[in-house]
Amino acid sequence: MSTKILKALDAVGLEAFSPFVLLVRGEEARQQWRRIGLNFGAPLLALLVFVAAWSAASRNVMTKYGALPSPSMVAQEAAHLWAAHRQRRADEAAFRAEKAAQAAELEAAANLLRARGKAAQADALSARAHVARTARFSAGPSYVDQIGTSLKTVFAGFLVASLVAIPLGVLCGISPGIQAALNPLIQIFKPVSPLAWLPIVMICVGALYTTPPAEAWFEKSFLSSALTVALCSLWPTLANTALGVASVDRDHLNVARVLRLGTWTRVRKIVIPSALPMIFAGLRISLGVGWMVLIAAEMLAQNPGLGKFVWDMFQNGSSQTLAQIMVAVFTIGSIGFALDRLMIVLSRSVSYGATAR
Amino acid sequence: MEVILEARRVAKSFGVGASRTEVLHDVSLEVRTGEFVAIVGFSGSGKSTLVSLLAGLLVPDTGEVLFRGRRAQEPGPERGLVFQNYSLLPWLTVEENVRVAVDQVFADRPVKERTERVRSYLDMVGLSAAVEKKPSELSGGMRQRVSLARTLSMSPSVLLLDEPLGALDALTRAVLQDEIARIRERERATVVLITNDVDEGLLLADRVLPLTPGPRATLGQEFPVDLPRPRERTTINHDPRFKELRGDILGYLDGLRARARREGSASLAPPPALTPVELR
Repeated sequence: MSTKILKALDAVGLEAFSPFVLLVRGEEARQQWRRIGLNFGAPLLALLVFVAAWSAASRNVMTKYGALPSPSMVAQEAAHLWAAHRQRRADEAAFRAEKAAQAAELEAAANLLRARGKAAQADALSARAHVARTARFSAGPSYVDQIGTSLKTVFAGFLVASLVAIPLGVLCGISPGIQAALNPLIQIFKPVSPLAWLPIVMICVGALYTTPPAEAWFEKSFLSSALTVALCSLWPTLANTALGVASVDRDHLNVARVLRLGTWTRVRKIVIPSALPMIFAGLRISLGVGWMVLIAAEMLAQNPGLGKFVWDMFQNGSSQTLAQIMVAVFTIGSIGFALDRLMIVLSRSVSYGATAR
Repeated sequence: MEVILEARRVAKSFGVGASRTEVLHDVSLEVRTGEFVAIVGFSGSGKSTLVSLLAGLLVPDTGEVLFRGRRAQEPGPERGLVFQNYSLLPWLTVEENVRVAVDQVFADRPVKERTERVRSYLDMVGLSAAVEKKPSELSGGMRQRVSLARTLSMSPSVLLLDEPLGALDALTRAVLQDEIARIRERERATVVLITNDVDEGLLLADRVLPLTPGPRATLGQEFPVDLPRPRERTTINHDPRFKELRGDILGYLDGLRARARREGSASLAPPPALTPVELR
């Protein structure tokens, strides 16, 4: 039982908690306490020092928006944002209920008219009922909605990046010719800042994505942000995939040669599985880069998301501005951390052998 | 018996320009069907290069390798190679490692038959209990058993063993030597064994061929092993003919080494500069 818990902790990257399990099991209590102190005591201490320094700073730093917000003010602001979100949800539910009732009423009246043979009038009422049912709740997105949009955007961009980078990386790794051909382009585009990509992406999206808004699957701002994320985050995956594929154990390739595996079978059965840990390491870096890029892209593209939230608060310039931006900073950091953990878990699930981490 | 595998005046060099070294020079070898040939040599003498040439993983600079009288340019499952370092695929289980080979070589057979084939060869090497394990969970001896099962499952016409037991401890080594002898009897296999252990060659082979120290290594004088089979490890050590052969071969190898030292080439020879073969 405890061994299973330990394995599970290790698999999800939470081995920091394993001393507790070992302690309950009664193994070398002194050593476990020392590890607990190291894993939790030290970070806690650092956190306390940080909060203390921050509190001290908040008492002494004055800005044009007022004093630098203290930790408690930021916590308060987070609570406000949460309350506002709840309020918005409640408002929306009320709005929906009202519209549904309205629609039902109209529909009932329409049925009545229809029974009396006044089809034209009935249809007009039905149409109004339809309008009521599909009415949009027009209040702005809440903070939690914006987090959702950001996550959606980053995953969309990350998906596009992976779909491009992995096959391209495999090609580069397999063929030195392709590698040599693409390398200069990769080296030049890799260091380009998201802020430079964004205008190009926005213009191209504007020019090419001409579907009328009513029929569009995505908003243009969403597409621009996601594609900018993709453009900036595909490089680590591309480089890692190419390296992973190029450094497949020669003996494994010799096995493939002795078995006379065809090219596709060889790639599928030998090359990709062998490069998978490297590919996932690349994906992990890519997702981290993508998340960083996203905030900047959202700010500029005005895609509803955390980046836009930060920008709006900055423009807003109320006395809560700084506290709200700090809430956003902590949110962004925590989500980035969670995404990284997620990728660690995934990459551990594909790693083989005892040493792969 | 017909000659199944043949090397004709084969030479192979590595490196370019001044650092080019001729590893093998003018090597000729004939292996007949059903024969067990052991090639014994010092480390660094080009044993692995020779077996790679026989397997078709390398192409000779001059000379040719013939399989059943035809020029063999490419590796193939008919010349089953057991790699020195096992070369198991670490992300697959024991069973899946063998399965990869069986699925490829016997692609036209029904799934049930292929599964039975995988099982029967894992049985043969005594790994029925470990089929679900990953290679990283196995000892070196067990890994080499998997590798052996994988190669045997392809039903190769010739079994090429490239120092298969080199990385194992003495006890595991002895057990696996007996296993190889037993399997070979059962499968009536043609075997080329590369080894640095003269006793191993004498215990298993019909002929022992010493490889001279490199560079420019070539096969030296041949020693037919006329010991009766089955050869028992425990009693063979006291067999006068075994002792005599062993003395002869070791003496011959010592002579070769001494001569190479005098000529000052053996110990100074740089290791072969291997460049990766591109994926094709």
